[in-house]
Amino acid sequence: MVDFLNAIVALLNYVIVPATSYGAQLALGALGVTLIYGILRFSNFAHGDTMAFGTAITILVTWLFQSWGIGFGPLPTALLALPFGIAVTALLLLGTDRVVYRFYRRQKAAPVILVIVSMGVMFIMNGLVRFVIGVQEQNFADGARFVITATQFRNLTGLDAGLAVRTSTVITVVTAVIVVAALFWFLNKTRSGKSMRAFSDNEDLALLSGINPERVVMITWLLVAALATTAGVLYGLDKSFKPFTYYQLLLPIFASAVVGGLGNPVGAILGGFVVAFSEVTFTYAWKKVLTYLLPTSLAPDSLVQLLSTDYKFAVSFAILVVVLLFKPTGLLKGKSV
Amino acid sequence: MIVVEDLHKHFGGFHAVDGASLEIRKGSITGLIGPNGAGKTTLFNVIAGRLPPTSGRVLMDGEDITGLTPHELFHKGLLRTFQIAHEFGSMTVRENLMMVPAQQHGETLWNTWFRRGAIAAQERALAKKADEVLEFLTISHLANQKASQISGGQKKLLELGRTMMVEAKIVFLDEVGAGVNRTLLNTIGDAIVRLNKERGYTFCVIEHDMDFIGRLCDPVIVMAEGKVLAQGSAAHIMENEAVIEAYLGRGLKNKTKAGATA
Ligand SMILES: Nc1ncnc2c1ncn2[C@@H]1O[C@H](COP(=O)(O)OP(=O)(O)O)[C@@H](O)[C@H]1O
Ligand SMILES: [Mg+2]
Repeated sequence: MVDFLNAIVALLNYVIVPATSYGAQLALGALGVTLIYGILRFSNFAHGDTMAFGTAITILVTWLFQSWGIGFGPLPTALLALPFGIAVTALLLLGTDRVVYRFYRRQKAAPVILVIVSMGVMFIMNGLVRFVIGVQEQNFADGARFVITATQFRNLTGLDAGLAVRTSTVITVVTAVIVVAALFWFLNKTRSGKSMRAFSDNEDLALLSGINPERVVMITWLLVAALATTAGVLYGLDKSFKPFTYYQLLLPIFASAVVGGLGNPVGAILGGFVVAFSEVTFTYAWKKVLTYLLPTSLAPDSLVQLLSTDYKFAVSFAILVVVLLFKPTGLLKGKSV
Repeated sequence: MIVVEDLHKHFGGFHAVDGASLEIRKGSITGLIGPNGAGKTTLFNVIAGRLPPTSGRVLMDGEDITGLTPHELFHKGLLRTFQIAHEFGSMTVRENLMMVPAQQHGETLWNTWFRRGAIAAQERALAKKADEVLEFLTISHLANQKASQISGGQKKLLELGRTMMVEAKIVFLDEVGAGVNRTLLNTIGDAIVRLNKERGYTFCVIEHDMDFIGRLCDPVIVMAEGKVLAQGSAAHIMENEAVIEAYLGRGLKNKTKAGATA
């Protein structure tokens, strides 16, 4: 019985808690991708670098605050800097739209052309981020590191397995819930949000009513700036910030958006968790959990790890391929890809 | 009201609209008929700014409106409906109508946060207006249904209702009667006549039902193979040799024959 509890705690500690946190980050990233796809109708390859840019700016502002001696108590200072990161990212995205995407929109360019254009934007942002903050890894999390450490948990419960809950995990989940609730309130209850839904439902018809397309596009970029920066900062607090890592996040984020159904916000959230849980499940060494569960004679000698963590992107990629093959519109109905 | 001058729309080497010139008089209900593939919908798409013309001009009250976006044309009072009805599927029928009028307070982020009262008041007024439109179209009972779930004919009514949410000047209706049952078609016909008389809407109507065209439309314009073939009163058109031939070639034999011999 105790071993069973130990197994559950180990499972929580190594699989469920980290995957939930990662899933929430992916979900926020995928929401941005899915909004762009729903409204502007292209897959934005620059999204990973948008997240990196927003995070880089937030880090710079964090450092500034720290140099002024401003902190946020037990919470990371980056949360105070986040609104500034969002604002600067919003300016960048609106500027990009003005000088790049609007031109192609006027031309009624095909989605595939916009995808290629977004790759160009990706390379530019890529360079911009490295220019602003450099290529090295940055750790910018301050404040309390743990809500409860493994040792505290062991002492508290008397169990053998420990459960550590990191501050960044709690912040990720709480922030994600707030952001998602606010987004859905906005999309469903406000007139601006309804304009966006109308645009996503039927662009032809939206253009034929009084809905101002340029305003809908503008609001979309603002929401995307907020979602991307928040996702990036949460990921960076949880792990660390490195421009290249963020660029690589593009794959699991797209996998999440596609799995859930591109253009479908609920799907993006679902997809984020599906991808995160799959990735963690496949790359976690199950030895510890199994050792608790199985009788000593059957205890595994190997790590029982299905894939090395080096291959974690293969999981996203495999999910992406399987979904595109068998259910191109995603688990929840999105627009066909 | 609307003048189309030597309009061409080519898709690759295919001339969907091939030098069409026509006029839609203010206050008229002009019928536009022609066999399938004649280029009627393409003509609408070009006039309504959905497709750019290959060449030619479209004038509205003397002003060149060629190449304006659908959104700009909406502000000039030019509205259109689609051959296959379009709707905002995730919204209710009432919400669909409420989306139409332009420049609503709630469309800016500023107002969304800081002028909640003004938005609410406007939304109430719009909801009331939408309900009046639904009543006019005899579909009040559908107000709270998801627009994706109503029948094709009801969607056609909803499309017409959309044009009633603003003061339109001219409305282009593409195959109003397609997939609509007889009773509903009569409702649509009555609504068109009333809008024309009471609110001064000018209409241009594509429709295959000759009874409907004969009852509502004057004049009637006939298109075939991208060109305007004939123009005149409904009775006159149905006796026109060239018109009958255009239809005979397309297998709409019975309907036209009945019309011609009647
Ligand atoms: N976007 C398009 N691309 C290529 N061909 C088209 C396109 N739209 C219409 N056509 C062609 O143009 C011709 C006229 O079509 P349409 O205007 O829909 O006719 P109608 O409405 O009179 O039935 C048809 O042969 C159709 O196949
Ligand atoms: Mg047609």
